[in-house]
Amino acid sequence: MFPLIAENLVVEFKGQRILGPIGLNLSKGDIAVILGPNGSGKTTLLKSLHGIIKIKHGAISWSCPKSESMAKQMFVFQSPVMLRRSVFENLTYPLTLCKTPKAEINRLADEWVSRISLKEVIHIAATRLSRGEKQKLALARALITKPEMLFLDEPTASLDGKTTLEIEKLLQNCAENGTTIMMSTHDIGQAKRLAKNILFLNKGKLESTQPAQTFFREPMSNNASKFIAGDIVE
Amino acid sequence: MNDIWEGIVQALQLVYTLNPDLIEISVRSLKVTLSALALSAIIALPLAAVLAVKRFKFRRTIIALLNALMGLPPVVVGLLVYILLSRSGPFGVLDLLYTTTAMVIAQTIIITPLITSIAHQSLRELWSEYHDLLISMNTSHSQRIKTLLWDARRALLTASLAGFGRAIGEVGAIMVVGGNIDNATRVLTTAIALETSKGDFALALALGFVLILIAVVLNLGTHWLSKTESEGRW
Repeated sequence: MFPLIAENLVVEFKGQRILGPIGLNLSKGDIAVILGPNGSGKTTLLKSLHGIIKIKHGAISWSCPKSESMAKQMFVFQSPVMLRRSVFENLTYPLTLCKTPKAEINRLADEWVSRISLKEVIHIAATRLSRGEKQKLALARALITKPEMLFLDEPTASLDGKTTLEIEKLLQNCAENGTTIMMSTHDIGQAKRLAKNILFLNKGKLESTQPAQTFFREPMSNNASKFIAGDIVE
Repeated sequence: MNDIWEGIVQALQLVYTLNPDLIEISVRSLKVTLSALALSAIIALPLAAVLAVKRFKFRRTIIALLNALMGLPPVVVGLLVYILLSRSGPFGVLDLLYTTTAMVIAQTIIITPLITSIAHQSLRELWSEYHDLLISMNTSHSQRIKTLLWDARRALLTASLAGFGRAIGEVGAIMVVGGNIDNATRVLTTAIALETSKGDFALALALGFVLILIAVVLNLGTHWLSKTESEGRW
Protein backbone atom coordinates (compact mmCIF):
# COMPACT_ATOMS: atom_id res chain seq x y z
CA MET A 1 0.00 0.00 0.00
CA PHE A 2 2.86 2.40 0.82
CA PRO A 3 4.37 4.81 -0.01
CA LEU A 4 1.57 7.36 -0.25
CA ILE A 5 2.66 9.94 -2.80
CA ALA A 6 0.91 13.24 -3.43
CA GLU A 7 2.07 15.33 -6.39
CA ASN A 8 1.05 18.92 -7.03
CA LEU A 9 -2.04 18.46 -4.94
CA VAL A 10 -4.43 21.41 -5.29
CA VAL A 11 -7.81 21.88 -3.63
CA GLU A 12 -10.16 24.67 -4.59
CA PHE A 13 -13.43 25.82 -3.10
CA LYS A 14 -15.78 27.93 -5.22
CA GLY A 15 -12.92 28.80 -7.55
CA GLN A 16 -10.59 29.86 -4.75
CA ARG A 17 -7.45 27.86 -4.03
CA ILE A 18 -7.43 26.76 -0.40
CA LEU A 19 -4.62 24.22 -0.54
CA GLY A 20 -1.56 23.55 -2.65
CA PRO A 21 0.26 22.86 -4.72
CA ILE A 22 1.54 20.25 -2.30
CA GLY A 23 3.87 17.31 -2.78
CA LEU A 24 4.57 14.72 -0.10
CA ASN A 25 5.70 11.19 0.41
CA LEU A 26 4.58 9.05 3.34
CA SER A 27 6.31 5.77 4.12
CA LYS A 28 5.03 2.77 6.04
CA GLY A 29 5.31 3.07 9.82
CA ASP A 30 5.57 6.84 9.80
CA ILE A 31 3.85 9.08 12.33
CA ALA A 32 3.52 12.34 10.43
CA VAL A 33 2.12 15.28 12.35
CA ILE A 34 0.77 18.31 10.53
CA LEU A 35 1.27 21.58 12.36
CA GLY A 36 0.10 25.02 11.36
CA PRO A 37 -2.11 27.93 12.39
CA ASN A 38 -5.91 27.91 12.03
CA GLY A 39 -7.03 27.96 8.42
CA SER A 40 -3.68 26.75 7.12
CA GLY A 41 -5.31 23.75 5.41
CA LYS A 42 -4.51 20.90 7.83
CA THR A 43 -7.99 19.39 7.74
CA THR A 44 -8.29 19.91 3.98
CA LEU A 45 -4.98 18.14 3.40
CA LEU A 46 -5.99 15.15 5.54
CA LYS A 47 -9.44 14.89 3.98
CA SER A 48 -8.13 15.20 0.44
CA LEU A 49 -5.48 12.51 1.02
CA HIS A 50 -8.18 10.24 2.42
CA GLY A 51 -10.55 11.02 -0.45
CA ILE A 52 -13.33 12.83 1.40
CA ILE A 53 -12.54 16.08 -0.41
CA LYS A 54 -12.05 16.04 -4.16
CA ILE A 55 -8.80 17.49 -5.45
CA LYS A 56 -8.79 20.00 -8.29
CA HIS A 57 -5.33 19.19 -9.69
CA GLY A 58 -2.50 16.79 -9.00
CA ALA A 59 -2.45 13.14 -8.06
CA ILE A 60 -2.58 10.97 -4.98
CA SER A 61 -1.21 7.49 -5.41
CA TRP A 62 -0.80 4.40 -3.29
CA SER A 63 1.16 1.35 -4.39
CA CYS A 64 -2.11 -0.59 -4.70
CA PRO A 65 -5.44 0.06 -6.46
CA LYS A 66 -7.61 2.81 -4.94
CA SER A 67 -10.40 0.45 -3.87
CA GLU A 68 -7.88 -1.68 -2.00
CA SER A 69 -6.21 1.31 -0.33
CA MET A 70 -9.57 2.80 0.71
CA ALA A 71 -10.47 -0.41 2.52
CA LYS A 72 -7.26 -0.22 4.55
CA GLN A 73 -7.50 3.34 5.82
CA MET A 74 -9.59 5.05 8.47
CA PHE A 75 -10.26 8.63 9.52
CA VAL A 76 -10.94 10.08 12.97
CA PHE A 77 -12.60 13.50 12.95
CA GLN A 78 -12.01 16.43 15.26
CA SER A 79 -15.64 16.29 16.41
CA PRO A 80 -16.41 12.60 16.85
CA VAL A 81 -19.34 11.49 14.70
CA MET A 82 -21.46 8.98 16.58
CA LEU A 83 -24.04 6.83 14.89
CA ARG A 84 -27.41 6.93 16.66
CA ARG A 85 -26.71 3.53 18.11
CA SER A 86 -25.27 1.99 21.24
CA VAL A 87 -21.57 2.06 22.12
CA PHE A 88 -21.31 -1.60 21.04
CA GLU A 89 -23.02 -0.98 17.70
CA ASN A 90 -20.84 2.06 17.01
CA LEU A 91 -17.70 0.17 17.84
CA THR A 92 -18.54 -2.82 15.68
CA TYR A 93 -20.08 -0.91 12.77
CA PRO A 94 -17.02 -1.22 10.47
CA LEU A 95 -16.87 -4.95 11.21
CA THR A 96 -20.51 -5.43 10.24
CA LEU A 97 -19.82 -3.63 6.96
CA CYS A 98 -17.25 -6.26 6.01
CA LYS A 99 -19.47 -9.08 7.29
CA THR A 100 -17.16 -10.25 10.08
CA PRO A 101 -18.48 -13.38 11.87
CA LYS A 102 -20.54 -12.59 14.99
CA ALA A 103 -18.22 -14.44 17.37
CA GLU A 104 -15.24 -12.44 16.12
CA ILE A 105 -17.24 -9.19 16.41
CA ASN A 106 -18.07 -9.96 20.04
CA ARG A 107 -14.48 -10.90 20.85
CA LEU A 108 -13.07 -7.71 19.33
CA ALA A 109 -15.76 -5.55 20.94
CA ASP A 110 -14.96 -7.06 24.35
CA GLU A 111 -11.28 -6.42 23.85
CA TRP A 112 -11.72 -2.81 22.69
CA VAL A 113 -14.28 -1.64 25.25
CA SER A 114 -11.86 -2.80 27.92
CA ARG A 115 -8.99 -0.94 26.26
CA ILE A 116 -10.93 2.32 26.12
CA SER A 117 -12.55 1.79 29.55
CA LEU A 118 -16.14 1.86 28.28
CA LYS A 119 -17.14 -1.64 29.34
CA GLU A 120 -19.70 -0.35 31.86
CA VAL A 121 -21.54 1.68 29.24
CA ILE A 122 -21.34 -0.71 26.29
CA HIS A 123 -25.11 -0.88 25.79
CA ILE A 124 -26.05 2.77 26.26
CA ALA A 125 -26.54 5.25 23.42
CA ALA A 126 -23.17 6.52 22.20
CA THR A 127 -24.55 10.06 21.92
CA ARG A 128 -24.84 10.13 25.73
CA LEU A 129 -21.10 9.74 26.25
CA SER A 130 -18.86 12.66 27.18
CA ARG A 131 -16.77 14.23 24.41
CA GLY A 132 -13.62 12.47 25.57
CA GLU A 133 -15.40 9.11 25.68
CA LYS A 134 -16.85 9.71 22.24
CA GLN A 135 -13.40 10.47 20.85
CA LYS A 136 -11.97 7.30 22.41
CA LEU A 137 -14.85 5.34 20.92
CA ALA A 138 -14.31 6.95 17.51
CA LEU A 139 -10.63 6.00 17.66
CA ALA A 140 -11.40 2.45 18.76
CA ARG A 141 -13.99 2.18 15.95
CA ALA A 142 -11.29 3.19 13.49
CA LEU A 143 -8.68 0.83 14.93
CA ILE A 144 -10.88 -2.23 15.39
CA THR A 145 -10.40 -3.15 11.72
CA LYS A 146 -6.60 -2.86 12.05
CA PRO A 147 -6.18 -0.25 9.32
CA GLU A 148 -2.80 0.17 7.64
CA MET A 149 -3.29 3.94 7.47
CA LEU A 150 -4.94 6.17 10.04
CA PHE A 151 -5.75 9.84 9.50
CA LEU A 152 -6.66 11.92 12.55
CA ASP A 153 -7.84 15.51 12.54
CA GLU A 154 -6.92 17.11 15.87
CA PRO A 155 -8.10 14.07 17.81
CA THR A 156 -7.45 15.54 21.24
CA ALA A 157 -8.64 19.11 20.68
CA SER A 158 -10.36 20.45 23.83
CA LEU A 159 -9.87 17.20 25.75
CA ASP A 160 -8.40 17.03 29.25
CA GLY A 161 -4.86 15.80 29.93
CA LYS A 162 -5.89 12.35 31.12
CA THR A 163 -7.99 11.58 28.05
CA THR A 164 -5.32 13.06 25.77
CA LEU A 165 -2.76 10.73 27.32
CA GLU A 166 -5.07 7.71 26.90
CA ILE A 167 -5.57 8.57 23.22
CA GLU A 168 -1.85 9.09 22.67
CA LYS A 169 -1.16 5.68 24.25
CA LEU A 170 -3.64 4.06 21.86
CA LEU A 171 -1.97 5.80 18.93
CA GLN A 172 1.53 4.78 19.99
CA ASN A 173 0.30 1.25 20.44
CA CYS A 174 -1.27 1.07 17.00
CA ALA A 175 1.86 2.60 15.44
CA GLU A 176 3.94 -0.11 17.11
CA ASN A 177 1.58 -2.65 15.55
CA GLY A 178 2.33 -1.31 12.08
CA THR A 179 -0.33 1.33 11.44
CA THR A 180 0.95 4.42 9.65
CA ILE A 181 -0.42 7.63 11.14
CA MET A 182 -0.96 11.10 9.77
CA MET A 183 -2.55 13.57 12.13
CA SER A 184 -2.99 17.26 12.65
CA THR A 185 -2.69 18.99 15.99
CA HIS A 186 -2.30 22.40 17.60
CA ASP A 187 -0.58 20.86 20.58
CA ILE A 188 3.20 21.24 20.15
CA GLY A 189 3.82 19.02 23.16
CA GLN A 190 1.78 16.28 21.53
CA ALA A 191 3.71 16.67 18.28
CA LYS A 192 6.97 16.30 20.25
CA ARG A 193 5.66 13.20 22.03
CA LEU A 194 4.30 11.41 18.96
CA ALA A 195 5.78 12.64 15.69
CA LYS A 196 8.48 11.04 13.62
CA ASN A 197 8.07 13.67 10.92
CA ILE A 198 6.51 17.12 10.98
CA LEU A 199 4.73 18.81 8.11
CA PHE A 200 4.33 22.55 8.64
CA LEU A 201 1.46 24.14 6.73
CA ASN A 202 0.73 27.83 6.36
CA LYS A 203 -1.86 29.50 4.12
CA GLY A 204 -2.43 26.27 2.21
CA LYS A 205 1.26 25.75 1.43
CA LEU A 206 3.55 23.10 2.83
CA GLU A 207 6.40 25.24 4.16
CA SER A 208 8.50 22.42 5.58
CA THR A 209 8.72 18.66 5.95
CA GLN A 210 11.32 17.61 8.48
CA PRO A 211 12.06 14.85 10.98
CA ALA A 212 10.49 15.91 14.29
CA GLN A 213 13.73 16.38 16.21
CA THR A 214 15.22 18.53 13.46
CA PHE A 215 12.02 20.53 13.08
CA PHE A 216 11.98 21.56 16.72
CA ARG A 217 15.75 22.25 16.74
CA GLU A 218 16.17 23.96 13.38
CA PRO A 219 12.87 24.69 11.68
CA MET A 220 13.19 25.38 7.97
CA SER A 221 10.84 28.34 7.80
CA ASN A 222 10.48 31.56 9.78
CA ASN A 223 6.80 30.90 10.28
CA ALA A 224 7.57 27.48 11.75
CA SER A 225 10.03 29.11 14.19
CA LYS A 226 7.37 31.60 15.23
CA PHE A 227 4.80 28.81 15.61
CA ILE A 228 7.11 26.76 17.84
CA ALA A 229 7.89 29.85 19.91
CA GLY A 230 4.18 30.46 20.38
CA ASP A 231 4.21 33.70 18.40
CA ILE A 232 1.43 34.74 16.03
CA VAL A 233 1.99 33.42 12.51
CA GLU A 234 0.65 35.79 9.84
CA MET B 1 -74.66 19.38 21.84
CA ASN B 2 -77.33 16.73 22.30
CA ASP B 3 -76.13 14.98 19.14
CA ILE B 4 -72.60 14.85 20.49
CA TRP B 5 -73.70 13.18 23.73
CA GLU B 6 -75.90 10.78 21.82
CA GLY B 7 -72.98 10.07 19.53
CA ILE B 8 -70.68 9.32 22.46
CA VAL B 9 -73.25 7.07 24.12
CA GLN B 10 -73.99 5.27 20.86
CA ALA B 11 -70.28 4.89 20.11
CA LEU B 12 -69.73 3.32 23.52
CA GLN B 13 -72.73 1.02 22.97
CA LEU B 14 -71.48 -0.02 19.54
CA VAL B 15 -68.02 -0.76 20.88
CA TYR B 16 -69.27 -2.44 24.06
CA THR B 17 -71.68 -4.72 22.22
CA LEU B 18 -69.09 -5.40 19.49
CA ASN B 19 -71.61 -4.45 16.84
CA PRO B 20 -70.95 -6.77 13.85
CA ASP B 21 -71.41 -4.00 11.25
CA LEU B 22 -69.06 -1.71 13.11
CA ILE B 23 -66.45 -4.45 13.45
CA GLU B 24 -66.73 -5.31 9.74
CA ILE B 25 -66.39 -1.66 8.64
CA SER B 26 -63.57 -0.96 11.07
CA VAL B 27 -61.62 -4.06 10.04
CA ARG B 28 -62.06 -3.12 6.38
CA SER B 29 -60.89 0.44 7.11
CA LEU B 30 -57.81 -0.88 8.83
CA LYS B 31 -57.11 -3.46 6.12
CA VAL B 32 -57.33 -0.88 3.33
CA THR B 33 -55.32 1.75 5.18
CA LEU B 34 -52.60 -0.58 6.46
CA SER B 35 -52.22 -2.16 3.02
CA ALA B 36 -51.85 1.28 1.45
CA LEU B 37 -49.42 2.26 4.19
CA ALA B 38 -47.29 -0.85 3.70
CA LEU B 39 -47.18 -0.34 -0.07
CA SER B 40 -46.41 3.32 0.32
CA ALA B 41 -43.66 2.72 2.89
CA ILE B 42 -42.00 0.19 0.56
CA ILE B 43 -41.88 2.86 -2.15
CA ALA B 44 -41.42 6.04 -0.09
CA LEU B 45 -38.73 5.17 2.45
CA PRO B 46 -36.06 3.85 0.06
CA LEU B 47 -36.92 6.68 -2.36
CA ALA B 48 -36.44 9.25 0.41
CA ALA B 49 -33.09 7.69 1.32
CA VAL B 50 -31.91 7.68 -2.30
CA LEU B 51 -32.91 11.34 -2.63
CA ALA B 52 -30.92 12.14 0.51
CA VAL B 53 -27.78 10.21 -0.39
CA LYS B 54 -27.40 10.28 -4.17
CA ARG B 55 -26.82 13.29 -6.37
CA PHE B 56 -28.33 12.99 -9.84
CA LYS B 57 -30.00 15.09 -12.50
CA PHE B 58 -33.54 16.26 -11.70
CA ARG B 59 -33.11 15.32 -8.02
CA ARG B 60 -34.17 18.77 -6.84
CA THR B 61 -37.09 18.74 -9.27
CA ILE B 62 -38.28 15.40 -7.90
CA ILE B 63 -38.05 16.72 -4.32
CA ALA B 64 -39.99 19.88 -5.25
CA LEU B 65 -42.57 17.78 -7.08
CA LEU B 66 -43.02 15.43 -4.11
CA ASN B 67 -43.45 18.41 -1.79
CA ALA B 68 -46.06 19.85 -4.13
CA LEU B 69 -47.86 16.50 -4.34
CA MET B 70 -48.26 16.40 -0.55
CA GLY B 71 -51.29 18.59 -1.06
CA LEU B 72 -52.73 16.41 -3.81
CA PRO B 73 -56.56 16.72 -3.79
CA PRO B 74 -57.87 13.22 -2.96
CA VAL B 75 -60.95 13.56 -5.16
CA VAL B 76 -58.75 14.24 -8.17
CA VAL B 77 -56.65 11.17 -7.33
CA GLY B 78 -59.87 9.20 -7.04
CA LEU B 79 -61.00 10.47 -10.42
CA LEU B 80 -57.69 9.56 -12.08
CA VAL B 81 -57.68 6.08 -10.56
CA TYR B 82 -61.32 5.72 -11.58
CA ILE B 83 -60.48 6.57 -15.21
CA LEU B 84 -57.52 4.18 -15.20
CA LEU B 85 -59.53 1.32 -13.72
CA SER B 86 -62.86 1.88 -15.51
CA ARG B 87 -63.87 -0.60 -18.20
CA SER B 88 -62.72 1.75 -20.97
CA GLY B 89 -59.48 2.61 -19.13
CA PRO B 90 -56.05 0.99 -19.66
CA PHE B 91 -56.44 -1.25 -16.59
CA GLY B 92 -60.16 -1.94 -17.03
CA VAL B 93 -59.43 -5.55 -17.85
CA LEU B 94 -58.29 -6.10 -14.27
CA ASP B 95 -61.85 -5.41 -13.08
CA LEU B 96 -60.67 -3.59 -9.96
CA LEU B 97 -63.10 -0.71 -9.85
CA TYR B 98 -65.36 -0.71 -6.77
CA THR B 99 -63.07 -3.08 -4.91
CA THR B 100 -60.91 -2.55 -1.84
CA THR B 101 -57.85 -2.98 -4.10
CA ALA B 102 -58.83 0.16 -6.00
CA MET B 103 -59.17 1.95 -2.66
CA VAL B 104 -55.70 0.78 -1.64
CA ILE B 105 -54.26 2.06 -4.95
CA ALA B 106 -55.86 5.48 -4.50
CA GLN B 107 -54.69 5.79 -0.90
CA THR B 108 -51.18 4.70 -1.83
CA ILE B 109 -50.99 7.44 -4.45
CA ILE B 110 -52.21 10.02 -1.93
CA ILE B 111 -49.86 9.17 0.95
CA THR B 112 -46.65 8.22 -0.89
CA PRO B 113 -45.55 11.83 -1.58
CA LEU B 114 -46.39 12.78 2.00
CA ILE B 115 -44.34 9.96 3.56
CA THR B 116 -41.48 10.49 1.09
CA SER B 117 -41.24 14.21 1.82
CA ILE B 118 -41.35 13.88 5.61
CA ALA B 119 -38.92 10.95 5.54
CA HIS B 120 -36.58 12.78 3.18
CA GLN B 121 -36.42 15.74 5.57
CA SER B 122 -35.26 13.51 8.44
CA LEU B 123 -32.89 11.47 6.31
CA ARG B 124 -31.31 14.59 4.79
CA GLU B 125 -30.48 15.91 8.26
CA LEU B 126 -29.07 12.57 9.34
CA TRP B 127 -27.06 12.29 6.13
CA SER B 128 -25.44 15.67 6.72
CA GLU B 129 -24.40 14.35 10.15
CA TYR B 130 -23.12 11.00 8.84
CA HIS B 131 -21.76 12.11 5.46
CA ASP B 132 -18.05 12.36 6.24
CA LEU B 133 -18.03 9.30 8.48
CA LEU B 134 -19.73 6.99 6.00
CA ILE B 135 -17.64 8.27 3.10
CA SER B 136 -14.47 7.79 5.17
CA MET B 137 -15.48 4.19 5.89
CA ASN B 138 -15.69 3.52 2.18
CA THR B 139 -19.31 2.40 2.40
CA SER B 140 -21.31 1.54 -0.70
CA HIS B 141 -24.50 3.43 -1.60
CA SER B 142 -26.65 0.56 -0.40
CA GLN B 143 -24.79 0.38 2.93
CA ARG B 144 -25.30 4.13 3.41
CA ILE B 145 -29.00 3.84 2.63
CA LYS B 146 -29.43 0.87 4.98
CA THR B 147 -27.58 2.71 7.77
CA LEU B 148 -29.68 5.85 7.35
CA LEU B 149 -32.96 3.94 7.21
CA TRP B 150 -32.09 1.99 10.35
CA ASP B 151 -30.75 4.91 12.37
CA ALA B 152 -33.65 7.17 11.42
CA ARG B 153 -36.25 4.47 12.01
CA ARG B 154 -38.12 6.39 14.69
CA ALA B 155 -38.40 9.50 12.52
CA LEU B 156 -39.51 7.27 9.65
CA LEU B 157 -42.13 5.73 11.89
CA THR B 158 -43.48 9.22 12.54
CA ALA B 159 -43.55 9.87 8.78
CA SER B 160 -45.44 6.62 8.29
CA LEU B 161 -47.91 7.50 11.03
CA ALA B 162 -48.57 10.83 9.30
CA GLY B 163 -49.35 8.79 6.17
CA PHE B 164 -51.60 6.51 8.20
CA GLY B 165 -53.45 9.50 9.62
CA ARG B 166 -54.04 10.92 6.16
CA ALA B 167 -55.15 7.55 4.74
CA ILE B 168 -57.52 6.46 7.49
CA GLY B 169 -59.28 9.81 7.42
CA GLU B 170 -59.52 9.93 3.63
CA VAL B 171 -62.99 9.88 2.06
CA GLY B 172 -63.02 11.59 -1.36
CA ALA B 173 -60.88 9.22 -3.41
CA ILE B 174 -62.10 5.99 -1.86
CA MET B 175 -65.71 7.06 -2.29
CA VAL B 176 -65.08 7.56 -6.01
CA VAL B 177 -63.13 4.33 -6.64
CA GLY B 178 -64.77 2.16 -3.95
CA GLY B 179 -68.35 3.28 -4.36
CA ASN B 180 -69.24 2.87 -0.66
CA ILE B 181 -70.89 -0.51 -1.29
CA ASP B 182 -72.35 -2.14 1.81
CA ASN B 183 -70.50 -5.30 2.89
CA ALA B 184 -67.93 -4.73 0.15
CA THR B 185 -66.20 -1.38 0.09
CA ARG B 186 -67.81 0.60 2.90
CA VAL B 187 -65.27 1.91 5.38
CA LEU B 188 -65.57 4.18 8.42
CA THR B 189 -65.18 7.49 6.58
CA THR B 190 -67.58 6.64 3.76
CA ALA B 191 -70.06 5.26 6.30
CA ILE B 192 -69.86 8.54 8.24
CA ALA B 193 -70.52 10.50 5.03
CA LEU B 194 -73.50 8.27 4.26
CA GLU B 195 -75.04 8.51 7.76
CA THR B 196 -74.57 12.28 7.75
CA SER B 197 -76.34 12.58 4.41
CA LYS B 198 -79.17 10.43 5.82
CA GLY B 199 -79.41 12.79 8.81
CA ASP B 200 -78.40 10.15 11.37
CA PHE B 201 -75.89 12.38 13.12
CA ALA B 202 -75.66 10.25 16.24
CA LEU B 203 -74.57 7.17 14.30
CA ALA B 204 -72.25 9.28 12.15
CA LEU B 205 -70.68 10.70 15.30
CA ALA B 206 -70.41 7.27 16.84
CA LEU B 207 -68.53 6.03 13.78
CA GLY B 208 -66.41 9.19 13.95
CA PHE B 209 -65.46 8.49 17.56
CA VAL B 210 -64.54 4.93 16.66
CA LEU B 211 -62.38 6.26 13.82
CA ILE B 212 -60.58 8.62 16.19
CA LEU B 213 -60.19 5.82 18.73
CA ILE B 214 -58.56 3.53 16.14
CA ALA B 215 -56.17 6.27 15.01
CA VAL B 216 -55.18 7.23 18.56
CA VAL B 217 -54.76 3.64 19.79
CA LEU B 218 -52.65 2.69 16.79
CA ASN B 219 -50.44 5.79 17.18
CA LEU B 220 -49.97 5.28 20.91
CA GLY B 221 -49.36 1.57 20.46
CA THR B 222 -46.71 2.20 17.83
CA HIS B 223 -44.97 4.80 19.97
CA TRP B 224 -45.05 2.48 22.96
CA LEU B 225 -43.68 -0.46 21.00
CA SER B 226 -40.90 1.59 19.41
CA LYS B 227 -40.04 3.20 22.77
CA THR B 228 -40.04 6.67 21.20
CA GLU B 229 -39.14 9.44 23.67
CA SER B 230 -37.77 6.98 26.22
CA GLU B 231 -34.43 7.82 27.82
CA GLY B 232 -31.37 7.22 25.73
CA ARG B 233 -33.29 6.66 22.52
CA TRP B 234 -33.59 8.78 19.43
